[in-house]
Amino acid sequence: MAHSTEKKNTSQMTTLKTVLQYIRKYWLLVGLSLILAAVTVVLTLYIPILTGNAVDLLLGKDAVKFDGVFAILKKIGIAMLLTAAAQWVMNTCNNHITYHVVKDIRERAFHRLEELPLKYLDSRSYGDIVSRVIADVDTFADGLLMGFTQLFTGVLTILGTLLFMLVTNVPITLVVVCITPVSFLVAKFIASRTYSMFKLQSETRGEQTSLIEEMIGNQKVVKIFAREEKVKEQFAEINGRLEKCSLKAIFFSSLTNPCTRFVNSLVYAGVGIFGALLAIRGGISVGRLSCFLSYANQYTKPFNEISGVITELQNALACAARIFELIDEEPQVPEVPDAYVLENVRGNVKLENVSFSYVPEKKLIENFNLEVKPGQRVAIVGPTGCGKTTLINLLMRFYDVNSGRILVEGKDIREMTRGSLRTSYGMVLQETWLRSGTIRDNICMGRPEATEDEVIAAAKAAHAHSFIKRLPEGYDTVITEDGGSLSQGQKQLLCIARVMLCLPPMLILDEATSSIDTRTELRIQNAFATMMEGRTSFIVAHRLSTIQEADIILVMKDGNIIEQGNHETLLAAGGFYANLYNAQFAG
Amino acid sequence: MKRLLKYLKDYKKESVLAPLFKLLEAFFELMVPLVMASIIDKGIGGQDTGHIVKMGLCLLVLAVIGLVAAVTAQFFAAKAAVGFSTKLRQALFDHIQGLNFTNIDKAGTSTMITRMTSDINQVQSGVNMVLRLFLRSPIIVFGAMIMAFTIDVKSAMIFVVAIPLLAVVVFGIMMWTMPLYKKVQSNLDKVLGITRENLTGVRVIRAFHKEEEEEKRFCDYTEALADSQTFVGKISAIMNPVTYIVVNGAIIALIYCGAIQVNLGNLSQGEVIAIVNYMSQILVELVKLANLIVTITKALACADRIAGVFEIENGSVLRESEEGSADHKMQGGEIPFLVFDHVSLTYAGAGAETLHDMNFEVRKGETVGIIGGTGSGKSSLVNLIPGFYPVTGGAIRLNGTDIRNMSENELRNRVGMVPQKAVLFKGTIRSNLQWGKEDATEEEMWQAIDTAQAREVVEGKIGKLDAEVAQNGKNLSGGQRQRLTIARALVKKPEILILDDSASALDYATDAKLRAALRELEGNTTTFIVSQRASTIRHADKIIVLDDGEMAGLGTHDELMKNCDVYREIYFSQYPEERLKAAKEGGR
Repeated sequence: MAHSTEKKNTSQMTTLKTVLQYIRKYWLLVGLSLILAAVTVVLTLYIPILTGNAVDLLLGKDAVKFDGVFAILKKIGIAMLLTAAAQWVMNTCNNHITYHVVKDIRERAFHRLEELPLKYLDSRSYGDIVSRVIADVDTFADGLLMGFTQLFTGVLTILGTLLFMLVTNVPITLVVVCITPVSFLVAKFIASRTYSMFKLQSETRGEQTSLIEEMIGNQKVVKIFAREEKVKEQFAEINGRLEKCSLKAIFFSSLTNPCTRFVNSLVYAGVGIFGALLAIRGGISVGRLSCFLSYANQYTKPFNEISGVITELQNALACAARIFELIDEEPQVPEVPDAYVLENVRGNVKLENVSFSYVPEKKLIENFNLEVKPGQRVAIVGPTGCGKTTLINLLMRFYDVNSGRILVEGKDIREMTRGSLRTSYGMVLQETWLRSGTIRDNICMGRPEATEDEVIAAAKAAHAHSFIKRLPEGYDTVITEDGGSLSQGQKQLLCIARVMLCLPPMLILDEATSSIDTRTELRIQNAFATMMEGRTSFIVAHRLSTIQEADIILVMKDGNIIEQGNHETLLAAGGFYANLYNAQFAG
Repeated sequence: MKRLLKYLKDYKKESVLAPLFKLLEAFFELMVPLVMASIIDKGIGGQDTGHIVKMGLCLLVLAVIGLVAAVTAQFFAAKAAVGFSTKLRQALFDHIQGLNFTNIDKAGTSTMITRMTSDINQVQSGVNMVLRLFLRSPIIVFGAMIMAFTIDVKSAMIFVVAIPLLAVVVFGIMMWTMPLYKKVQSNLDKVLGITRENLTGVRVIRAFHKEEEEEKRFCDYTEALADSQTFVGKISAIMNPVTYIVVNGAIIALIYCGAIQVNLGNLSQGEVIAIVNYMSQILVELVKLANLIVTITKALACADRIAGVFEIENGSVLRESEEGSADHKMQGGEIPFLVFDHVSLTYAGAGAETLHDMNFEVRKGETVGIIGGTGSGKSSLVNLIPGFYPVTGGAIRLNGTDIRNMSENELRNRVGMVPQKAVLFKGTIRSNLQWGKEDATEEEMWQAIDTAQAREVVEGKIGKLDAEVAQNGKNLSGGQRQRLTIARALVKKPEILILDDSASALDYATDAKLRAALRELEGNTTTFIVSQRASTIRHADKIIVLDDGEMAGLGTHDELMKNCDVYREIYFSQYPEERLKAAKEGGR
């Protein structure tokens, strides 16, 4: 247990160090903020003294020294204006620092995201990464801002108050110092009790959230099976548990405030009694006592705040650690220093002794050789989940081979820039992806400078023009993230248009027409055929009709290439391909 | 907000008691300066040690009473807030569960989830804070003013000026910042959006080598976010300094006024201190209030979003209750099992009809294939059978009864559906199959599994029926999920079974076996099969060919091959060599 807390502390320290590195860029502002905080604290502490002095001059009937009172009031006025100004500038500084540090962190995280290998991204849930970049950074920002505004002023206020009190009167100060630790004890006692309750609460909340995600995300299925009542019951059960543990957590944690306020009252009473007794013996003036009383009020307040800030900061650090974890993630292998820019691609692709697997324990592609000449069509077939997509991952260098090499135009793809390799391929995937923006933006993605005519020509070639025309704003129709109201087939047509516009020297079509009906597909096939003319292309499909004309057919099963040849030779061989082919006619 | 308040109704007692005890606490807190004034004037002034001790004890008693009152208030506030949010959450969940398909399409899943979770949590802490503190602050502020009146009317007039001034500052800034916070929130949405986009579209973005441009876009968004945050921060930062100036200005005025009054002999030193103390108390309260206002502002915005969900009208297509759903059978003649009588469908908000004039009859036990192009309305057609969308023209009759006259339960118990997206739920294979039939026996389940060609899937798992299924069935492959969702519908033993392109992930061989098994189903199940594969529906008793929302053909495979161009074209696009054969035969 002790060991684990130690470990936690060191990891917190490293996180803190990283945070400080981000803040360092703004050291001028931080310095200014700290100075202003000091000014604010000193002035706020000075004002009660002035008030006390003024009160001391109000001795009684016809004994008020107005000159003195005015002089003091003037001082209070100046101090007050200075404090307010310092406070505002300080707050503005803190805001600026916090939000810009957060911006820097987010940008670093996003930069890393663009560089992370797909191996990492494919194995994570996107929700988790998004919540790191958004929610965690947000919580961190809240904590950081609170830390800036309250921690430093809080500590300064305590120290300053102690100093002022000591200077004014030692015995009363001792009374204050003796009572305050009680406040700590109370706060600590409550915090240790509530920790487990909060944990239970967040666990129950997590359970509920996943039920919500599941049931609301798939609500149509719920309705199909008329399970609404059952699901509601399930929800009610968790909701009931959540109510119980939330109540406990919230109630017990909310005890901190009244309890520390109670300690505060004790301090106040102590100062009052002790000070008054002292005053009778002439040990302190009434004005000074009043000043002390207001200190007694101010003194304990920062303690409450600091204990709050510390929990908040710990929370913030935990969130920061999660985002730094993402930032520190190993990026993809950097490009070789003098990486070659792939140009004038004719379409020579060669795979030499390629072996690859996602996880070492499970071998996938082994010792695979393939030579594709310019303009050839390579089709990859096989049952679902057999690793067809893996080959594409390797060609595009989304993943690197474990051994062997892939050559394009006779050069190892690891020696060229990723950008030049990837833009040499035109890729249409089964999983259509569109970005939020206009239809035109989406088609132009690969060639932003394309003219209107070119865009329309590409859309026509992809048989997307007619449905785009019918949309309310035509090519300027804004679609929401992931295509929104468009049907799966329409989205796929747009993805095809996107590639049609670029016309790169090589093509990869991964189930590119799986959601399009066969008649439209047939028409698109013609467009594809024109496009593939003279272009090396790789086609994944489960409709065998679409691949019969390929020059090379690779038949994959369980990650291995089990047969290789063209349609006729494979049929004649009577192997797996022949079985697959005949199955589609079985009734 | 008003809409949501009714969920607080069951916690009326708590919602009244919490502020009441807060009031009590505040009251005792307000007594403190008076006691202190008495210590100073009578105790110190009169050199009366006994009085000081007595008053000191009095302070302690006040502190204890204050503590007890505060703790009680916290308890009631927590209870009301938690109870309120629990009720609200359940009501919202129930409401969302009750939404019909049209509204589900409109709403959007991710925003529903945020509303159910983080928005409600925000509102909960808002309610809690309001009960605890929002009432305390005005009580202290006005209480301090009243106490000041009891001491000295002239000095109290300064309170009368200062307090409205403070109110203007606090509420003015609140009004000013509220829309700005909303803007910050929408900027954050954009940052979230682009982050998600870059994750879901990572392959496309990298394929087009757009990483750097994406980063630039991201930086633009974060820049806008930081700017809006800094701007609203600047304005909120005005609150504290300005209140500080107002309060301290009031203190200067109080001392000045006090000096005159003391000089005239109307006030004592202790009384001046008491009045000044009251003013300081106001300052402390206002600082707390300022911190609160952000919470409240956020909670109000969230409450608005939640109320927005409740406002979605929830008309069911079908009858809500079971009453009076007796069959209104037509008289005379044999009644066809299921009739589409000139049915049309226009989705809410859509400009054009999705389905136009669907007119056909189905006999019990028949297998009906539905085929057609992308967006031709296949899914829409089958979604009408369980009444998921309201028909906008014509009628659908089951056993002669218009389905609009049937209750939701009655109809849906008779229809089993396998949706396009194969979704399983967290639990076990058994618990998923129980969705079809709560009390299904082991035997019934295995029967369904066999028909769905899923035996090898289930037997390949550790624990068989009790094998664990992760959320959304993530631990199963697409084909495995699809077979299990078919089994789930079969466990129900529905009179009408609808397969909405639900065998797309199966290879041809398994698909064929599945169809063979379905044909052998006992009990006259009427089956609808939606597919893009001609092979899948080829042997159906009846094939409906859809083209752009119109019925382009109806009949058996052989009939359609003869008289339906659309069907022939679809068929030949999948069997090119048959086209050649047909051409040859035609030529002969």
